[in-house]
Amino acid sequence: MSEVAPNPTAPVRTPPPRGSALARHPLAQLTLVRFLEFLREPEALFWVFIFPVLLAAGLGLAFRNRPPDVLKIAAVTPHLAAALKQEKLLDVQWLSVAAAERALREGKVALVATPDPRILRGDASGLSGETPGAVHELEGVVYEYDDTNPEGRTARMLADRAIQRSAGRVDVVESNDRMLREPGSRYIDFLIPGLLGMNLMGSAIWGMGFTIVDSRRKKLMKRLVATPMPRHYYLLSFALSRLLLLVAEVGVLVGFGALVFHVPLRGSLVDLGALCVLGSMSFGAIGLLIASRVQTIEAASGIMNLVMMPMWIVSGVFFSAQRFPDLLQPVIKVLPLTAIIDALRANMLQGAGFAQLAPQMAILGCWMVACFTLALRIFRWR
Amino acid sequence: MSEGAPWAALHIRHLRKTYKDVVAVDDLDLDVPAGECFGLLGPNGAGKTTTIEICEGLTTADSGLVEVLGLQWDRHAQELRQRLGIQLQETQLSEKLTVLETLRLFRSFYRQGPEPAEVIALVQLDEKRNARVGGLSGGQKQRLALACALVGDPDFLFLDEPTTGLDPQARRQLWELIERFKLAGRTILLTTHYMDEAERLCDRVGIMDHGKVIALGTPRELVASLGAEHVVEFSAGDAAGALDLAALSRLEGVRGVCPENGTVLLRVGELHQAVPALLGELTRQGVALTELRTHSATLEDVFVGLTGRHLRDE
Repeated sequence: MSEVAPNPTAPVRTPPPRGSALARHPLAQLTLVRFLEFLREPEALFWVFIFPVLLAAGLGLAFRNRPPDVLKIAAVTPHLAAALKQEKLLDVQWLSVAAAERALREGKVALVATPDPRILRGDASGLSGETPGAVHELEGVVYEYDDTNPEGRTARMLADRAIQRSAGRVDVVESNDRMLREPGSRYIDFLIPGLLGMNLMGSAIWGMGFTIVDSRRKKLMKRLVATPMPRHYYLLSFALSRLLLLVAEVGVLVGFGALVFHVPLRGSLVDLGALCVLGSMSFGAIGLLIASRVQTIEAASGIMNLVMMPMWIVSGVFFSAQRFPDLLQPVIKVLPLTAIIDALRANMLQGAGFAQLAPQMAILGCWMVACFTLALRIFRWR
Repeated sequence: MSEGAPWAALHIRHLRKTYKDVVAVDDLDLDVPAGECFGLLGPNGAGKTTTIEICEGLTTADSGLVEVLGLQWDRHAQELRQRLGIQLQETQLSEKLTVLETLRLFRSFYRQGPEPAEVIALVQLDEKRNARVGGLSGGQKQRLALACALVGDPDFLFLDEPTTGLDPQARRQLWELIERFKLAGRTILLTTHYMDEAERLCDRVGIMDHGKVIALGTPRELVASLGAEHVVEFSAGDAAGALDLAALSRLEGVRGVCPENGTVLLRVGELHQAVPALLGELTRQGVALTELRTHSATLEDVFVGLTGRHLRDE
């Protein structure tokens, strides 16, 4: 009906060449759409970027390594107190006998030092004028403490050492201490790779599963399938948008750990990036498998939690997976979250290269290939 | 197509589709010539959506032949997807995207077609081009869905219940858009359970019921097939039970009588003969009228005449 050509509503047959060919490519458009949908979901942004940092900050503060504790003890005579104050690890208070007893019962002090009553009976008034240096006058000491409390036992050792030294004891063997408190062995160093692994799993499985099931539920997938859109582009767009987000996701958490807590990055950063990509793709394949047939968000959420929850617990996010019985270890070892967290810890904390991480990478690769293949086979496009 | 002019854009023979033990489409034959706007009219569950989705390649038939634009789905799927414009009944487009982003996405799938901005202008969504889809009204969403169907410059447009759930003004607006597309000479297949929509938009209508086309023709032909130009509808309140319907059907000019819960429908040729005769007969029977209405016969009346049911009965 070219006769109605002046009709402005007749669609134009040839597209004017505007916009670059890349931007008009369906894969670019699909990836862009994925990306925009994510950015415009404030809750998703919170869970992926802010929550892991808050968690790391909270746990990092709670379990930070404190300076060695100074133990509080009480002494009932001034010269006992003076002798004990020579020990820097003790915080010594001079209290009356009654006050000292009460403080011990209430747990305010770990130990009370009193002169031995058998030796210094009725001698308190004579001692009151003594100078702190006159320790040699001291003939005996009684330590009162709870021997089931480690603090009490430590206080007992420290107090006795101080008393004996001030009375003139000399160590027979000279000893020195070397303190080990370097980054890499603290809880936060253990935690950051764990949280990173957990985040990779959560964002990939949720991102994949939720979006696919939602678009199936809203019949949007059916509508897209009715267009000439190549179906593999649809799936590929998830992988590509995931990679884009991964940069930010990993960057935020690892950057936070490195800058705020000085968590070491001893392995190659390229390796670390590659591990994250491999992990994310494996979890993405699991998400795809979960979403391959499910029709409702509720069902999908249930399955996702069922898959992820056990791994949060056993895969060593917050505490070592070694704590579980030996019998379970082979099972725990082949879980994808265990594999990625082990690999991330080895890379970040021990500087391990790909050669040492081959077993974990193989496990992740198997999960990826198996889940992806199965998902494609059973995927429901409508 | 060997059947001669007019060239059939859609050619269906012996189409059959069952879901478990429900026969959705039952030995359906249908031809839609190129350039026609054809309407499948029928109640919910008549098999309209199944039929249109088979034509769209979204559902596979159990048996039968379907040729769209002379092509078949099992051999020319990709070519067909390029040339069809499709609007599904219940698609919810992504709420987080803007109108323009949505159309850019759909445009990227087609090798040819208008610029997204042109289609936006076509469906009168210029002011909303940068608005999120989630913020659009029902009518605007439906126009966007139509735009997504048009962005590939289709030769054949499939519209499944395009105005269901819209307010009257939004429906009229959408009708105008579909009429303009018709002017461009493209073929349209639409399903609807609104007889006014079919009467206004469609060159020909097929009335579907229980998976079969039970009447086929132009809206005017179908109405004429009733043999009655008008419908007289009256209620007689509590006295309705005592009515002698047989006597009513013998009245001059009455072609059919159809009682339905409290009211009676008479299909009549000439109002000026039938109405006085009816009033006389009711007086003779001693029945008092509580309500009397007349309207020109519509496709709805055709459906009622054929099935004894209304289109929107569940």
